[in-house]
Amino acid sequence: MLQDKDRIFTNLYGQNDWTLAGARARGDWDGTAEILARGRDAIINEMKASGLRGRGGAGFPTGVKWSFMPRKNDGRPHYLVINGDESEPGTCKDREILRHDPHKLVESALIASFAMGAHAAYIYIRGEFHNEAMHLQHAIDEAYAAGLIGRNACGSGWDFDFYIHRGAGAYICGEETALLESLEGKKGQPRMKPPFPAAMGLYGCPTTVNNVESIAVSATILRRGAAWFSGLGRPNNAGTKLMAISGHVNTPCVFEEELGVPMKDLIEKHGGGVRGGWDNLLAVIPGGCSVPMLPRDVCDTVLMDYDSLRAEGSGLGTGCMIVMDKSTDIIAAIARFSKFFKHESCGQCTPCREGTGWMMRIMERMVEGRAEIEEIDMLEQVTRQVEGHTICALGDAAAWPIQGLIRRFRPVMEERIHAYKAAHGGTRSVQVPAGLVEAAE
Amino acid sequence: MSVQPNAPEGAEPTQFAFDAESEQQIATILAKYPPERKASGVLPLLYVVQKQMGRQTGSAWIPRVAMDVVAERLEMAPIRVYEVATFYLMFNTKPIGRYHLQVCTTTSCWLRGSDDVTAACKAATGIRAFGETSSDGLFTLTEVECLGACANAPILQVDDDYYEDLDGPRTIELIEALKRGERPTPGPTIDRLNSAPAGGRKVLVEDAAQKPQGQG
Repeated sequence: MLQDKDRIFTNLYGQNDWTLAGARARGDWDGTAEILARGRDAIINEMKASGLRGRGGAGFPTGVKWSFMPRKNDGRPHYLVINGDESEPGTCKDREILRHDPHKLVESALIASFAMGAHAAYIYIRGEFHNEAMHLQHAIDEAYAAGLIGRNACGSGWDFDFYIHRGAGAYICGEETALLESLEGKKGQPRMKPPFPAAMGLYGCPTTVNNVESIAVSATILRRGAAWFSGLGRPNNAGTKLMAISGHVNTPCVFEEELGVPMKDLIEKHGGGVRGGWDNLLAVIPGGCSVPMLPRDVCDTVLMDYDSLRAEGSGLGTGCMIVMDKSTDIIAAIARFSKFFKHESCGQCTPCREGTGWMMRIMERMVEGRAEIEEIDMLEQVTRQVEGHTICALGDAAAWPIQGLIRRFRPVMEERIHAYKAAHGGTRSVQVPAGLVEAAE
Repeated sequence: MSVQPNAPEGAEPTQFAFDAESEQQIATILAKYPPERKASGVLPLLYVVQKQMGRQTGSAWIPRVAMDVVAERLEMAPIRVYEVATFYLMFNTKPIGRYHLQVCTTTSCWLRGSDDVTAACKAATGIRAFGETSSDGLFTLTEVECLGACANAPILQVDDDYYEDLDGPRTIELIEALKRGERPTPGPTIDRLNSAPAGGRKVLVEDAAQKPQGQG
C-alpha cells in the first residue's frame, strides 16, 4: 500500500493551509519555470513515460492525448479544458482537489497548457460545487498576484490565463463534447465525433479535455520523474489514484492509493470494513454507477486497477466504490440508477431519450416484482437496443448497470416476480397494479 | 430527460434590470471569453440574475423578462437563452422559497439514509412532495441527483452549502436553525474532518497536530 512519502495530494483532507503559502510549503510551484524550460516535447514524453492514464473514467493515456494537439499553430488558439463536472454517482474525488489542493491544479494547468501550445485554459466545474469553485478562484487570484500565471508566467516567457466556468446541474456536461457545447453557451448535448476536440474543439479550435485529477497530478510527476510514478502500481496501471468508498462501510472516505491493491484491503483499511463484516458484503460498484457491479466472490480477490476490473467485466471508472451489504434491495439500488439516467439523458438521441424512460419504468416494476419472468429478457433486449446506438456513452452507461444486475442477480429478480404473483393470485396481467385489476374484476 | 417548468401565471414581474452589483460581476464574467464568443456568458449571467432576484425579492429564480435581458446583453436570440435556462436544473424557472433544500437521493446517499433526510425535511417544513414550497414561503424542497460528495452521504444542499453525514434528527435541527435565521457551518454534521474517515485519519497522520488554516 501507498506510503505517505509517495502521496501526491498531501492536503487531501484540508488538514493544512490550502492557500498559496501552504501549497508552497508542500512543494507546489517549486521550479515550475525549469519544468517549462524543458520544452514541449520533453514534457509530453515524460508524461507518456509515466504511464498516467486518464483519471476521469476512460483511462486513455494522458501523454498520448496531449500529443494529439497540432504541433504548429495554424492561427487558431489552442485550449486546455479541464473537466471538473464531477457528477458520476459515487464519485467525490475531484472535489477534494478543488477545495484542498487547488494550487496543484493551477500549476499543472500551466504546464499542460504550455505543453499543448495553449495560452488559455478553462475549467468547467459542476454548478453545485460553488464553495469549491470559490477556493479555486482564490488560488487563481493568488497565482496571478504572485506572477505565477498571467503574462510571462513564472518568468518563463509564456503567457497563460486560467478561467473558471461553472456548470448548472447537468450530468451530461461531463461528456467532453457536451461540456464544450455548454462552455459555448448552449444546451449540453454531445457532438458527433469526428471531428475530435484536438482538431476542432472549443470555439472550433484545437482543444484537449482532461479530468481534474489527470491534470493535477502532472506537476508532481514532472517534478519527481516518470520513473517514480510508473514505479507505483502495476504495469499498464501505473501510479496513484484518488479513490473513495461510499455506502455500507464503517468509515466512508476519500483517499489516495496505489493502483493494483486488492479491493478488499482498500475497503478494510480505508473504509473500516463492510458494515457487519466482510461476510455481510453483497456487491460493490467499483467506479461510479456507469460500471457494472461485482458480486462478493469477485470482490474477495479482484485488484483495483483498470485491467484487473476490466477482466472481470467491469471497470475502474472513477475509482470511487459504492459498497452494498446484504440488507440492500439490489433491484431498487439499480432502479435508482435507471431513474438517474432517465433524468440526465439530454434528449438528443431517440434510443437514449426513450430507452432510459422504458428501462426506468420496467425497473420500477421489477422492484415490486410486478412483471413477467420473460420481461427480464425483454429488459435485457431493451438495454442492447440502447447500448451503442447513441452519440455519447450515456446510453451505454444507462444500459450497463441493468445488464450487470441481470447477469449477477437474475435469481433475485425471478424470486421477486414469483413472490408478487403468489401474493396477488397469479394473475397474468401483472403490468397493471394488482389493486386496479382486483377493482376491475 | 427533464425540463424545467414554467412559472405560474401572475408570478412574472413586468421588468428586470441588472443592479450595480450584478453589473460589476458581469464585467468580470465577460472578460473571460473572446469578445466574439459572448454566448459563453449565458450560464454565468443566468446565475447573476438568479442571485440578484434572491437579493431583491428573497426568491432566487429567473423570470422570462430577465432571460430577455440576458439575450439582449449577449446578442443571442431569446429562444437560445430560454432553452439553456430550462435545460439546466440549477436554474429555477419559477419562484422558490428563501431556502432551497436540495436532497440528494441517488444510490450512495440512499444507501446511507437519504429517505430519512427527505422525511425530516417534509416533517420540519410541512412540505408534502418534492417541488413544493412551504406555506410560510421559507423553504422549497427539491430532489437532486448525485451531488458528488458521496463519502459524506447523505447530503442536503441548502442554497450553495453542503450539509453532510446527516440523519433525520440532525436534518430537523438544521432546518429549525434556518427558521431561527441562523446559518450553521456547512460540512459534516458529525465529528469528522471533511472526507477523512470518521474517528480520525488513517493516512497523512504525521501532521495530525496541525489545525486547518487558510480562508474559507
